[in-house]
Order: sequence, then structure tokens, then C-alpha cells
Amino acid sequence: MTASTISAQGSSTKFLRKLWSWIRRIPPVYPMFLLIFITLGFLNPKGYQTMNGIMTYFRPASPLAVLAIGQMFVLAIGGFDLSIGAIVTFCVLASSKFLANDPANALPNILLLIGMGVLIGLINGLVVSFLKVPSFITTLGMMMVVRGAALYYVGGAPKGYLTDNFRMFGRNYIQDVPFFTRIPYSLIILIILTIIAYIIFHRTNYGRQILAVGDNMLAAGLSGVKKKLVRVMTFIICSVFAVLGGIMVAGYGGVNVTIGEGMEMQAIAACVIGGVLLGGGKGNVINVVFGAFTLQAIVNLLNQLGLPKPYTDAVQGLIIIGVVAYSALSTMKKR
Amino acid sequence: MTTHPASDSWFKRTTQRVNIPPVFYFLIVVFIFSGVLDQLFADGQIFTNPLIMLNIIVRSVALGIVAVGQTMVLIGASIDLSVAYTISITAVMSSYLMQGRNENVPTAILGVFGIGIAIGLANGLIITKLRVNPFIATLGTSLIIKGIINATFSNYTGSVPQTFEFFGYGMIGPIPVSIIILLLVVTIGWFILARTKFGAHLYGVGGNSEVARLSGVRTDRVVIAAHIFCSLTAVLSGIFLVSLMRSGAPWVGPNGFYDLNSIAVAVIGGTALSGGKGSVWGTLAGVLIFGVLSTAFNQLGVNPYLKLVFQGLIIVLAVASYTIRSKKEAA
Repeated sequence: MTASTISAQGSSTKFLRKLWSWIRRIPPVYPMFLLIFITLGFLNPKGYQTMNGIMTYFRPASPLAVLAIGQMFVLAIGGFDLSIGAIVTFCVLASSKFLANDPANALPNILLLIGMGVLIGLINGLVVSFLKVPSFITTLGMMMVVRGAALYYVGGAPKGYLTDNFRMFGRNYIQDVPFFTRIPYSLIILIILTIIAYIIFHRTNYGRQILAVGDNMLAAGLSGVKKKLVRVMTFIICSVFAVLGGIMVAGYGGVNVTIGEGMEMQAIAACVIGGVLLGGGKGNVINVVFGAFTLQAIVNLLNQLGLPKPYTDAVQGLIIIGVVAYSALSTMKKR
Repeated sequence: MTTHPASDSWFKRTTQRVNIPPVFYFLIVVFIFSGVLDQLFADGQIFTNPLIMLNIIVRSVALGIVAVGQTMVLIGASIDLSVAYTISITAVMSSYLMQGRNENVPTAILGVFGIGIAIGLANGLIITKLRVNPFIATLGTSLIIKGIINATFSNYTGSVPQTFEFFGYGMIGPIPVSIIILLLVVTIGWFILARTKFGAHLYGVGGNSEVARLSGVRTDRVVIAAHIFCSLTAVLSGIFLVSLMRSGAPWVGPNGFYDLNSIAVAVIGGTALSGGKGSVWGTLAGVLIFGVLSTAFNQLGVNPYLKLVFQGLIIVLAVASYTIRSKKEAA
């Protein structure tokens, strides 16, 4: 054998090896999402192989993704935010009273809700950083406070309905778009928020400081990170994203006292499917968005299979455990 | 034991020697504060009626039993979010299996404890062998149990026999049976944690799992055992609740928020969420704080939604009362 063929062989195996290592580095959430989505396409070609159907799927998936992005910021510093489900409930209930069935109130209402989000996040962050209460407990307390306050404000039952211009963000589509047929507003909002979050998290010093604090708080503090400020900011981001997600949920979900219940857990599950480590130090905005899409696709798949609601819960639980076990075991092998 | 400088006050020296968890001071403050408010704005029964003291404890029994298990799991640096639905499945299954007949009681009890062991074993195995984060693992099992219950039962199912209600309503002399059971569970929890090899291993695993493993502790077994114990306490809570309600309903667990509340009272009692630290006595004090509050809210006739607001505030305040002095940062 001549030397040239050997080197040629060497380069081709090198290329294959490179390709393989590149494939191995793809986060498990993408093949998983594709698998579930293609299965959905086979089961219901009209619903998941046409643009029209896919856009319908994105409408509930987008708010979940927004909540998950916010939650990711807090998970990345090693905390939890259990209050976001209550914030969603608060958005819906408070709007039902504050809007007073008058479309002109929509903009002040949205600004007010965002202000509430900033306030809630600020309090969460201050309590965690200065009173040193673990975020699990702080946000659990905040969940009770926000839920109780929302119910007290409306007197236990929703007052009135939500005006159409307020519901637009979660419910309506931009019609007659070439190729896409129609695009839900919620998807556009999600894309904008994803870009903003991506820039903050992956392209700024602040984003690197979040990961540094989540990875090793002591080391981050010693190297000059203002860890208290970093943490307060992440809690504010999380609550504001929860408010924005809540406005979208209000759009397609309507008025309901229990609408936000369990959404904090769904957001955490979406993050974990997207490769976020509970305990901090790791996170990727795009992966988390696809984690949320995967979770929504799982729910849709189970509905598609015609399982009654209770079984959907059970299978969802099984799949969440399976997905996380798969990624935990596969990252363990790589080490 | 450390020596205390003579300059320390008598009070400080004594409290350090007997090692009272700081949460007991918070309990006393909450009790006095509620008592004074009760004197001022209601009929003042908290201070004058000794029966209300018993009532405070009776209100705390269901949460107290499961909180002991939760404390143990938290000390092992794990967490159990499936206790609420474990309580539900116990309540429903035991009343379904009993069907109001005395002769069915032993099988029903054995059955639900079997379910409890299975749930705890599943949680423990998923966490240790599949390496799933405990938060996600038990969230998943809780969804699975929820699905199974809601698919099978939708309303009150079966009933418990009259004699079984002794568990919830019976009295031995002047003391309700439920309080004796609570104290028994707390004592067992204390004994396991403070006086057995398993307890020492659990603190070790929770403090630093790698160090514990290298010093010869079978860490996986310890975590699995802690989860089985926790599920068994949830089963006991479920049995207690069904004996109070006379018939099991699938919503008893989630409606009582036993999952998050049991974690909250354990942390109020000084148990660290990061593991390796905690005691059942602290948890008991945390549970009693909840009991005092719920009695005080009842006395004062507080709006149920505001009650939720106050409860949230007090959870955070109670934990803040001792974390504020710690030098370690929280996450």
C-alpha cells in the first residue's frame, strides 16, 4: 500500500470521527423533538404536516416556552422559581377585573402587569440575596402570596371577560402570510423574546456572570462578580417573562381560577428536557425553547392517541423521567 | 462539647447546651402574637381554653406525619414531591378496599403500605440508578400516580368501618389518639436519625455523597431507604385522613398541598434543602407553627384568600429569622 492511500484513508476516518463527535454533541432534545413531531405527523397528517396545523400547535407551545426561558435564568443560578404559575393566574384574574370590559384599558393593564412582574421578581431576589432564604422557600411563599392576592382582589371568582385586544397576543393569527399561511402572534412574541434572552444570556457579561454564580458562587464572588445584583436581576427577568407568558396564556386560555396551576412545574420540566441542570451552571436558551416545544408535542401526541386526560398525566410523567434519565446517563458516559 | 466563656449569659449557655432549634422561639412568638390578637379581636380562646391547644396539635397531625418523612429525604439531599398523591392513593385505596367492613381492615392496611413501599422504592431507584434529579423524578412519579388515581376514581369511593374512625377521632384518656400517633412517628424519626447507623449514614450522604461513598457507605441504598420511609409516612397520613373523612377522595392530597407544605415546614424547622442538616424536632415546631396559624386565622375569621397571603409571608419570615444570620449565600 502506498503512503498516499493511507493518508487518504486517515483523513476520511478523521472526517467521520469529526462528524460523529459533532453528532454526539447535538443536545438530545432535538432528535427527541423531531421524533415526537414526525410521529405526530404520521398520526395526523393534516394537523402536523401542513403549515396551518403546525402554526396551531405553536400557539399554546409559545407561552410555555416563554415561561421556560424565564425559569431557565433562575435555574442557571442554582435557584428555583415556583411563583410563576401563580403569576400566570394573577395576570388572568387581575386583568379580568382591571380591564372592566373596556378595550381602552388593555395597554395600561399590560404595563401594570409588567410592573407587578418587576416588583415580584425584585422582592424574590432581595429576599434570596439579603435574607438568605433559599429560593425554593422564597418563591413558594411568593406563590401563596400572589395567588392569595389575586383571588382576594377579584373576590374568589373572575370578574368579567378579557377584551379582544388584550387576548389578541395569545389567541390571534396574522393571516395570509406567504408560505406560513398564518402565524400566531404568540410565536412572533416568542421569537423576539428568544432573541432578547439569547443575547442577554449568551452574548453579554451579565449572562456569563449568571453561569459563574450558578457554577460556583464563592469563586464568582471572589473574582468580582456582584452576585447579589446578578441574582436579583435574574429573578426580575423570570417574573417579567412569567407575566408576558401569562398574558399569552390569558389570550388562548380564557378566564379561569386555576389556569396557572402547575405551570411552574411544566416550565421546570421543559428546562430540564432542554438540558438545564438543576443546581445551576448550565443553560441554553434555544435548547430550552425546544424543550418546551417537546413537552407540548408530548401532550399533543398523547391527546392524538386518544388517551383520556388522566392517562395523559401518567404517560407525561413517565416520559419526563425517561427523557431526563436518558440525558443524565448519556452525559455520564461522556465524562 | 465547646466551653462557653463566662461572659455569656445564663440563658445563652443553657440554650446552647440543650441545643434548642431556633424555630422554637419563632413558634413561641407566633403563638403569643396570635394569642394577643385573639384576645383583642376575638373571644380569646387561644390563651384561656386548654382544649384549643389540643386542637392545634390535632390540626397538625396529617401534615406532621408526612413532614417527618420529608425531613428524612431532605437530610439525604433528596426531595419528595410525590407525597401529596401518595396520600391520595392511600386514602382512596384503603376506603375502597375496606368497603366499610371490619374484616377487610388488615388486607387494606397491608395493601396501602405495599403501595407505599412500591412508590418509595420506585422514587429511590429512579434517583439513584437512573441518575434523575430527585425534583424531576418525584415530580414524574407524582404525575404517574395522579394519572392512575384520576383514571380509576373520580369521587368518594368506599368507606371505612366505624371502628377504624378510632384512629382519627378516638381518645385514650384525655389525649386524642392522633396526637399519640404523631408523637410516635416523630420519636421513631428522631430515633432513626440520631441513634442508628442508617441515620448517621443519611447525614453523611446528604452532606457529601462522594465522601460518604469513599468511606464505605452504600449511598444508593441509604437514599432508597429514606424514600421508602418517606412514602410510608405519606401512607400513614393518608390512612389518618381517610379515618377522619370516613371515605377516601382523590383530591385529599393535592388540596392539602402536602407536597410543598411538608417541605416548607421541614425547612422552617431548620432542615437544609441542600441536605446533611436537620432534625425532626425542628420539623415538629414548623408543623405546630402552621397549626397555630390555622387556628388563629379561624378564630379571627380571616378571609380565606388573605389567609393564603399571610401563610406565604410567614413561611418566608420563619425561614428568614435564622438564615439572615448565616454567612453562607442561599441559591
